[in-house]
Amino acid sequence: MVPLLLGITLISFVVIRLAPGEPVEAMTAMSPKITAETRQRLREFYGLDKPLHVQYATWLKQVATLDFGRSFAPDNRPVTDKIKERIPVTISLNLIALILEFGLAIPIGIFAATHRDTLYDKGITIFVFLGFAVPTFWLALLLMYFFGVKLGWLPISGLHSLGSETLSPMAWFVDLAKHLILPVSVATFGSLAGLSRYMRSNMLEVIRQDYITTARAKGLTERAVVYRHALRNALLPVITFLGFSLPGLIGGSVIFETIFAIPGMGQLFYQGVMGRDYPLVMGILVIGAFLTLVGNLLADLGYALADPRIRHGRG
Amino acid sequence: MTARLFCCLAALVTLVSCSGGAPPAELPRRGAGSPAYGDALVVGTIGEPSNLIPLLASDSASHDVAGNVFNGLVKYDKNLELVGDLAESWQVSPDGLTITFRLRKGVKWHDGTEFTSRDVLYTYRVTIDPKTPTAYAEDFKQVKSAEAPDRYTFRVTYGKPFAPALASWGAGILPAHLLEGKDITKSPLSRHPVGTGPYRFKEWIAGQKVVLEAFPDYFEGRPYIDRFVYRIIPDTSTMYLELKAGGLDMMGLTPVQYARQTDTPEFLARFNKFRYPASAYTYLGYNLRNPLFADRRVRQAIACAINKDEIVHGVLLGLGQVAHGPFKPGTWPYNPSVRDFGYDPARAKVLLAEAGWHAIGSDGILTKDGKPFSFTIFTNQGNDQRLKTAQIIQRRLAKVGIEVKIRVLEWASLLTNFIDKRNFDALIMGWTIPQDPDIFDVWHSSKTGPKELNFIGFKNAEVDRLIEEGRSTFDQEKRRRCYWRIQEILAQEQPYTFLFVPDALPVVSARFRGIEPAPAGITHNIIRWYVPKEEQVH
Repeated sequence: MVPLLLGITLISFVVIRLAPGEPVEAMTAMSPKITAETRQRLREFYGLDKPLHVQYATWLKQVATLDFGRSFAPDNRPVTDKIKERIPVTISLNLIALILEFGLAIPIGIFAATHRDTLYDKGITIFVFLGFAVPTFWLALLLMYFFGVKLGWLPISGLHSLGSETLSPMAWFVDLAKHLILPVSVATFGSLAGLSRYMRSNMLEVIRQDYITTARAKGLTERAVVYRHALRNALLPVITFLGFSLPGLIGGSVIFETIFAIPGMGQLFYQGVMGRDYPLVMGILVIGAFLTLVGNLLADLGYALADPRIRHGRG
Repeated sequence: MTARLFCCLAALVTLVSCSGGAPPAELPRRGAGSPAYGDALVVGTIGEPSNLIPLLASDSASHDVAGNVFNGLVKYDKNLELVGDLAESWQVSPDGLTITFRLRKGVKWHDGTEFTSRDVLYTYRVTIDPKTPTAYAEDFKQVKSAEAPDRYTFRVTYGKPFAPALASWGAGILPAHLLEGKDITKSPLSRHPVGTGPYRFKEWIAGQKVVLEAFPDYFEGRPYIDRFVYRIIPDTSTMYLELKAGGLDMMGLTPVQYARQTDTPEFLARFNKFRYPASAYTYLGYNLRNPLFADRRVRQAIACAINKDEIVHGVLLGLGQVAHGPFKPGTWPYNPSVRDFGYDPARAKVLLAEAGWHAIGSDGILTKDGKPFSFTIFTNQGNDQRLKTAQIIQRRLAKVGIEVKIRVLEWASLLTNFIDKRNFDALIMGWTIPQDPDIFDVWHSSKTGPKELNFIGFKNAEVDRLIEEGRSTFDQEKRRRCYWRIQEILAQEQPYTFLFVPDALPVVSARFRGIEPAPAGITHNIIRWYVPKEEQVH
């Protein structure tokens, strides 16, 4: 895992620097009050005047002590601080959306599989693909207009109302929950398609197996066949899906966060890339890479735990 | 606040730092009510501020917030005249080399310490310190010596007379007692500023909002509005919905919003709309190193072929005006008698023929020595107005037999791969118009070097001489003559075809009273805005 992580950082480090422009550029470009000397001074300040491999070595040494360095943005704050203040929002939002996604998509998939090719199945397929196909920003704006401006039921953007500091803890929580309804619904609606279709095909696959025929032949009720025998096996691949979702927990969609004015990781990363804020971009990439690797590992472990065939060697 | 003085290409219409000339389009419809303390003004900001020490920030969001927290020695008043801010008065020596500022007495920092000349001296020193990563050192490097003879006097001496010098002292003065001897780049003040301004810092919730509160001891009196809240809303459509839902009190509208979506009685009852020219212009710039544009007649022909009125109507829905030069209409450097080429496609064809472009290829495109007249207009991604402008120009030029291709590029790659390498045919871009008319950096022939801003490579001896003359005297009448002549030359030479000056279109909740539209916009007297007691909501 460590060599893999190193490889990822090396490639990211080089690729982000291949993008035209430099961090200094964002501050100085098109400003008449900048001379070559000032620009050089800024480059030295950020260590950009050194050769690339030296920069990489310096960065790696820092990261080895879990220090991601200071951001190249004008605030010059430690990258860790910038990530820390955004991670709770991102993780909670993604976690809620993930729970909803799994909680809705799995039953939907099962239902579609057991009602295969009926009107229900087709209706569900249309519904989930609609969610997949509709542009998030468009749907979000429509809902914001309808629920926020027309009906005035829900807040439009952000996480808290003005003056929410003075509310009682209960009222504060309700205020937060109201702010989350729209973003979470839009996020969930958009992600239902993948998992539910996956679940449906797994289920259909399993139902075709011999042991299901055996179970039916034994005279078990359809209920027992589907939920005890088929479902357990059909759920196995979902573990992999869950493992892949782990890095997604700290990621975020730029469009989505921008529309709802949610200060999440997606925006932070986007700003980092646009401003060529190398330490910040690298910091987020390293965390993302690490979580991806951990997610894969957990998926493997979970698989082994759930499936005796894998646990005992030969499948 | 210094950001207002500098050119930058970013957003054309920034929210708080808007400035302009004409009287308001709309007047408050409600009664005036009586001034009262209280309530909060909630404004939206697209970007989150990066650093609230103005010296270290180059984004407009940071400067908008810092502008309410810090003061400079001088400022521009509502009529865009320089007046004292932290300086009570100043004196320029007869030779134009020394400026002596007499500082206001009894001004308090937000922590209660008194403001003195030591703070000014510190701000100057930290600005020119090579270790400070600032974009604003240049003007201050012209200073030969700076001294603070006593607590309330500050004196600077320049190597040669430098007219923009005075305005450069509008930069925010920093508190020496909190910063001296410390590393400014790691100072907590960047997220918790302490200034002398009308509002003091209260809190900053990352990615969500920055809150300022009225400073009761402000030297011009306590502001009526108790709190100033900047909500960070990165999307303009969301911002507009928030405005309509009552979550924001003020924002800058787009032309479509202003002209088509806000003329309902319901909207007009709740908000006051304002309209005045923004301090910015959009232009089509030609790379003069390119043989295609070396001939002045070709540039003049393109100017004749473009219908600027059509662009103002199509792109800005009429909410702007045609530009003829680099200065803001209605200000003293602007020469109202200069008109460049009006829309005249027939004349364009004549001029092109004179320049040798008379053969017409099978595809209807002009050719010369067998080569078709075809070029690419570059512009940056994310600016819809510029893209539309390019498309309108493309169509008009096709009619006189010139083929135009359009390339839209991400900002950094446009800059690095094309502008810096001088590897472009023509550009559609914009400049903000600084208050001081010195245009040395964009038009002087010495500024054509790598990464410098005369990237089109304009070299004109007379313009050079006039620019130098204009910046080396404090006599406004002499300066005016220089800038008026420059405009005549630019209109003839057409190194840029100046396209339009858009209008700033701010809208403010109708509960705010005391707004006085002036050439400087509406925010110049923001500390005198108030909400009558019975209408306060926060």
